Amino acid sequence: MGIVADVFKALADPTRRTILDELTECTGQTLFELCGRLTTRHGLASSRQAISQHLDVLEAAGLVETRREGRYKFHYLDTGPLEEIAVRWLDRPGAPQTGETDTTSGTTHDTGTTSDTGTTGK
Amino acid sequence: MRIHMTSVFVDDQEKAHRFYTDVLGFRTKHDVDMGGGARWLTVVSPENPEGAELLLEPAGHPAVKPYRDALIADGIPLAQFAVDDVHAEYERLSALGVEFTQSPVEMGPVTTAVLDDTCGNLIQLATEAPAPE
Repeated sequence: MGIVADVFKALADPTRRTILDELTECTGQTLFELCGRLTTRHGLASSRQAISQHLDVLEAAGLVETRREGRYKFHYLDTGPLEEIAVRWLDRPGAPQTGETDTTSGTTHDTGTTSDTGTTGK
Repeated sequence: MRIHMTSVFVDDQEKAHRFYTDVLGFRTKHDVDMGGGARWLTVVSPENPEGAELLLEPAGHPAVKPYRDALIADGIPLAQFAVDDVHAEYERLSALGVEFTQSPVEMGPVTTAVLDDTCGNLIQLATEAPAPE
């Protein structure tokens, strides 16, 4: 419960989402590399300290793992907490099944929540 | 005013000398015995032998270790060298066993990579993108 709340808090910030985007492209980055990518590719002129604090939040939520290898510290993406969210709301009877699209299955029509194929913009 | 010399602290001058010449490809400019085991040791680029010298300076001062440890933990390089093709250098140096903390990444107008000089420093290699026609 607490973890999931942390995940949403972590994901609520656009800079933190951009950090996850860059780690998705290449996991295992030093703080220096991450800061360079954020500055040059996204125009995010945050200080190194600010990025470090964002990484702390992501790490507390379990989305980033920091590993010390030799004398360096690398940051790795961990999508585990996102899978927990998927299991909680998506991976249950009546929800769109992972691995098959919901366009043909008739299992979603009764949930009254999300069906992607139904009328979306009322 | 001109930039004549800059320096990096190295754990071991002999090892650093080999790395900066044999592996990176710089050329020895000065190598003078200073007594007590220390040398005045500088290298230059063979592409510009009269250009700026890099002093490979003993890292014995007690301030050096905490300073470098903190920077290296965050992956921050202490010197930057220009190369014509950072991807080609990455391939060449990796084949020689050089360790990179960052493989080549395009960052705005430059493509950079970061390597470990085996003597306590991270070094950034950078290639500027050709100017648009």
